Amino acid sequence: MAECHPVGFQWVMEAKRRGATIIHIDPRFTRTSAVSDIHVPIRAGSDIAFLGALVNYIISNDCWFREYVVNYTNASALISEDFQDTEDLDGLFSGWDPEKGQYDPKSWQYRGVEVSPAAGHREMFSGEPRSERGASITAEEHDPTLTDPKCVFQIVKRHYARYTPEVVQQACGIAPDLFLKVARALCDNSGLERTSAFCYAVGWTQHTVGVQFIRTAAIVQLLLGNIGRPGGGIMALRGHSSIQGSTDIPTLYNMLPGYLPMPKASYDTDLEKYIEYNRSASGWWSEFPKYIVSLLKAWYGNNASAVNDYCYNYLPHISGDHSHMVTVAAMADGFVKGYFVLGENPAVGSMNASLQRKGLRKLEWLVVRDFAPTETAEFWRSAPEVVAGDVKPEEIATEVFFFPCAAHTEKDGSFTNTQRLLQWHHKAIEPPGDCRSELHFVYHLGKRLKELYRDSPDSKDHPIRDLAWNYREIGEIQEPDAEEVLAEINGHSLPDEKPLSAYTELNEDGSTACGCWIYCGCRKDGVNQTARRTPKDEQDWVALEWGWAWPANRRMLYNRASADPEGKPWSQRKKYVWWDPEQKKWTGYDNPDCIATRPPEYRPPEGAQGIDTLSGIDPFIMQAEGKGWLYDPSGLLDGPLPTHYEPQESVLKNPLYGQQCNPARLEWVRRDNPYHKAWGDPRYPFIATTYRVTEHHTAGGMSRWLPWLNELQPEMFVEVSPELAGLRGLENGGWATVSTIRGEIEARVLVTERLQPLVVQGQVMHQVGIPYHWSYVGRSTGDAANELTAFVADPNVSIEESKAFSVQIVAGRRASRRRAGAVGPLAAPEPGQEDGGEPSRDLPEVRTKKPATHGERSGRQQQTEEA
Amino acid sequence: MEPHGFFTDTSVCIGCKACEVACKQWNQLPADGAYFSGRSYDNTMHLESTTWRHVAFLERSRQLSGQTTARPFSWLFLSDVCKHCNRAGCLEACPTGALVRTEFASVYLQPDVCNGCGYCVVACPFGVINRREDDGRAWKCTLCYDRQKVGLEPACAKTCPTDSIFFGPVGELQVRAQARLLELHRKGVHEARLYGMTELDQPGTEGLNAFFLLLDRPEAYNLPPEPRVPTKEVGRAWGMMGLAAAGMVAAAIAAVRAGGEK
Amino acid sequence: MAADSSKIPAWPAWRQLANGDPVGLGASAFSPRSRALKARINEADRAVGSVCPYCGVGCGQQVYVKDGKILDIEGDYDSPISRGCLCPKGAATMQLVTGTHRVKTVLYRRPYGTRWEEIPLERALDLVARRVQKTRDDTWEDQHEKGHPLRRTLGIASLGGATLDNEENYLIKKLFSSLGVVQVENQARI
Repeated sequence: MAECHPVGFQWVMEAKRRGATIIHIDPRFTRTSAVSDIHVPIRAGSDIAFLGALVNYIISNDCWFREYVVNYTNASALISEDFQDTEDLDGLFSGWDPEKGQYDPKSWQYRGVEVSPAAGHREMFSGEPRSERGASITAEEHDPTLTDPKCVFQIVKRHYARYTPEVVQQACGIAPDLFLKVARALCDNSGLERTSAFCYAVGWTQHTVGVQFIRTAAIVQLLLGNIGRPGGGIMALRGHSSIQGSTDIPTLYNMLPGYLPMPKASYDTDLEKYIEYNRSASGWWSEFPKYIVSLLKAWYGNNASAVNDYCYNYLPHISGDHSHMVTVAAMADGFVKGYFVLGENPAVGSMNASLQRKGLRKLEWLVVRDFAPTETAEFWRSAPEVVAGDVKPEEIATEVFFFPCAAHTEKDGSFTNTQRLLQWHHKAIEPPGDCRSELHFVYHLGKRLKELYRDSPDSKDHPIRDLAWNYREIGEIQEPDAEEVLAEINGHSLPDEKPLSAYTELNEDGSTACGCWIYCGCRKDGVNQTARRTPKDEQDWVALEWGWAWPANRRMLYNRASADPEGKPWSQRKKYVWWDPEQKKWTGYDNPDCIATRPPEYRPPEGAQGIDTLSGIDPFIMQAEGKGWLYDPSGLLDGPLPTHYEPQESVLKNPLYGQQCNPARLEWVRRDNPYHKAWGDPRYPFIATTYRVTEHHTAGGMSRWLPWLNELQPEMFVEVSPELAGLRGLENGGWATVSTIRGEIEARVLVTERLQPLVVQGQVMHQVGIPYHWSYVGRSTGDAANELTAFVADPNVSIEESKAFSVQIVAGRRASRRRAGAVGPLAAPEPGQEDGGEPSRDLPEVRTKKPATHGERSGRQQQTEEA
Repeated sequence: MEPHGFFTDTSVCIGCKACEVACKQWNQLPADGAYFSGRSYDNTMHLESTTWRHVAFLERSRQLSGQTTARPFSWLFLSDVCKHCNRAGCLEACPTGALVRTEFASVYLQPDVCNGCGYCVVACPFGVINRREDDGRAWKCTLCYDRQKVGLEPACAKTCPTDSIFFGPVGELQVRAQARLLELHRKGVHEARLYGMTELDQPGTEGLNAFFLLLDRPEAYNLPPEPRVPTKEVGRAWGMMGLAAAGMVAAAIAAVRAGGEK
Repeated sequence: MAADSSKIPAWPAWRQLANGDPVGLGASAFSPRSRALKARINEADRAVGSVCPYCGVGCGQQVYVKDGKILDIEGDYDSPISRGCLCPKGAATMQLVTGTHRVKTVLYRRPYGTRWEEIPLERALDLVARRVQKTRDDTWEDQHEKGHPLRRTLGIASLGGATLDNEENYLIKKLFSSLGVVQVENQARI
């Protein structure tokens, strides 16, 4: 956190000053470790073993927060009799379909009930679509004593019983006494009077079990009562100024603004079905229809009415996975013709860089917008495979447009930061030359397309013709008015066009328009709330008058949990929001995250519908049942409980299960994306992990062109321990070549004790640290870490695994410029590998699964058939 | 005006180098060039005529008191800067009056007066001041004299995320530093020590207006343990020269006399 | 303590004595420039409230502007998030936005080309709009063979958004969805 979010880290230092214990768990000793109380070096990719052992420690030492767990989580829920755990099936849960390579989650459900997951996750289920309308929490069976062997609490307890300090040593390379020190510190600092927080970044997410890493932390925090309370929580430290915003208003394939799912081709065939499949009977997602109808009104204006399903049929439909890596694989296969790259640099920042570039070579046209031509814009002339002569510019047909972008100081707009806070940045000066904002680019592109399709009678062109696309143009450069766009996002009533002040004002009858329901209120009273800058010294520490946080300017989610079931603060020290019996409403430092007038003693009457089903002790209002999920009966594709699996390319056999890897992971088995052996590949004996350093930013587009930053970290380097340096003859300050079967890179060597070998299962494990900022253009260049990595992903969100894989390292500059993306695998497959021989990633019965099930989706044919 | 300076508390420094960049930005200094040093994360290596804040990185095979690590190791950082000595060698060595003591007690180099003679360079016991190759003049930290004159704190102190660099009246900084030292000692960090806070601590400079809290010996951070400004010796040198001159006069007279007696 | 130059003659020795600065290391040695020195942001026409464009912390920035040019960018003390601080990247923002690395014209690489050519912005926008139209029309999938609607093109994709404004992401999603482009992605998944 000190490395990549130094200013956010000031609050950790502030906490330390006030007596907090800072624990840093990371394969490397970083700038965060330097000022922490405890540093725990961990084998990259083994975090579920560590976190699972914390769960086991908390339960077996009775450190869990009983009143919180019983009232606010699903610990007491009874699970289907058919459920079988990974403990029973050697690493698989019940419901595994080895033919499809997918789980059927039916046996994971609550006894007798199907619980609706949050919207947007439906498309992930295998099997037939189900109407969620019948879902109801009244049918649930509970054991409030938490002793029934089929209750969630007991299932969690059994699932993690084998995750002991000794297993932590076996899987993570962490000594038992160091683990116990962390466990004790965490438990000692959780409870009525104290809370503990987890902070993470992509070191947790970029794994084939990335989502489950976070889930394990959620189990720990729910058991300790650390969610929804000040000083608690699990904080994702996001790496871009508006990466949260680009998820809320998603430039993501599977969602519409406000986490509404994109229509699924074979299910959501009309508005009625779309609502039927996505609305929840209970919890806050019962309000779903209001949000989609208001969105359609914002997009298609007066053209959208009840008669035409509010133009629902103008929306495109997805079928399966259209995420980044799937798209790039399809591009490399020639199915994608045109590509917009807007302020991003996938030729450096995305996995298997040479496959990314292969995709770019197959395009008909490419648009790149950035400050200066990036590696993505210049792939045709200076990429490694071009230098190597394997690819010639004269043979690349792609037409490339590079548009220079305006800086944040040259345009109005809002960023949403890592804590869901929208902050407005005002335009300070005009952009130079032909530099323009993305707002300008998209708006004027849209205007041109509307003109091109103006007279088209074709029904496919109606959405463009009917698109509401009128924004005030400002100044000589005709910049669209960003605040008008914000006003559309905020929403207004119809037909009088008064700004709305909260999402509770939205309707499903077409009388409101709102571009993103969770942002409704950001321009309350017609005032840009995101531009509020009341100085911190003129308000309390929650600072509700600085910017605007979604939803409803609420600074902490689930904050109902900061009070006990009766609505009183758990302790004076940790008070945040509470029930005021005199005023008969919830009050406190923040906007309460519950229905403000609903008393703690409220229990839903028989037959309650929608948000009336949320009781007075339901802090997790986005869940159908209002409870935090220790056990996830339906939301994830790779199991209801996090389970330790090894990375796709590991140095170790899974110490806990016969099943080596996440069985539901996404693989791309293709010549331009070969993999190493599952474990113990003698050609690639070391663990590698990639990361950022303080002095640079992501793929370098905003840092490698700046001399002030380049002088601080001028060259690509790799970090190794003195032991590994000795073993491989690496010299500090010298050169090393790091290779995988996909690519080879050269880098300067930093020999440092900040990396250390770990002893795991009697073997000495070496880790290589690889910053990923550099590549072949800019003012500071070097080989790109992502020349080494592979397309392989978590099944829930299709995030890649870049934080743990296997490599070889040798001394000297020995890299060829050859790449799997241009010439296929750089090493021959090991004997026995071609036929999927040992060692296997999957249990024998899973091996019947066709390889590349998910990868083959990338073809247009298959994608269409998917539906 | 009260003396103002920096208290740099290395025990909370996270080595982010924001101070280095903020200084360059405010003072519009060029980058020194790209040089991969192989010395931890320190690639600017030392204070320069165009690097007025410099973060040193110290990797030790030794535990820091109070910290738990898997093996004996610690990583220390120090943001170095001109010390603005109470007795400043550079100031006293400057023949043109380019170096002056400001109303805030800082040592300020006036670029419009400096003729680049370089006398100051050798007179600094810390190696802080240097000449720029492109314009020949000497340059160093101004303690953001321009900002101080309008009541703004220096750019490095303002940007420092963890308050490792604290700016203020030197008297207040001394109180703060003492309290921090006691706190660290109470927590068992016995290796914490102050560097150059008073004349008593550092007679050779008569105390620094930019002083430090360190977690190791000064030498470990490449700071001289007992710096002495050369001009400290000037008084004695003049005395000796006087004596020598007197001796020579006496000898001459004696010689003349002796000659006269011939 | 700074000398009032109007009342004291300029002769250095006289200044030294008059200022009680006999060794000439203090105020009497001040040049006119030094005496007149002020922080350049004092000259700014205005300070514009902004937000750091790098990571997700969202540190407050103040952008000082004079005559349509940026004089300085520094942290905003009022921000409850950052309290005036910036990290090295944030502190380098001025170089990011005013640096010589910025390209200010549209560049075009023809198919099979070996160099960039400059082209006018308006023409480039026209060309891109026509490319979109053609690719969209060529690759349109209206219906699945089973009869359910698809109404999309898989021939066009978009990547980017995490460094953009919410308003920009909104227009991208709105326009591209209406064009039938579903392969819209950004760094949030990377």
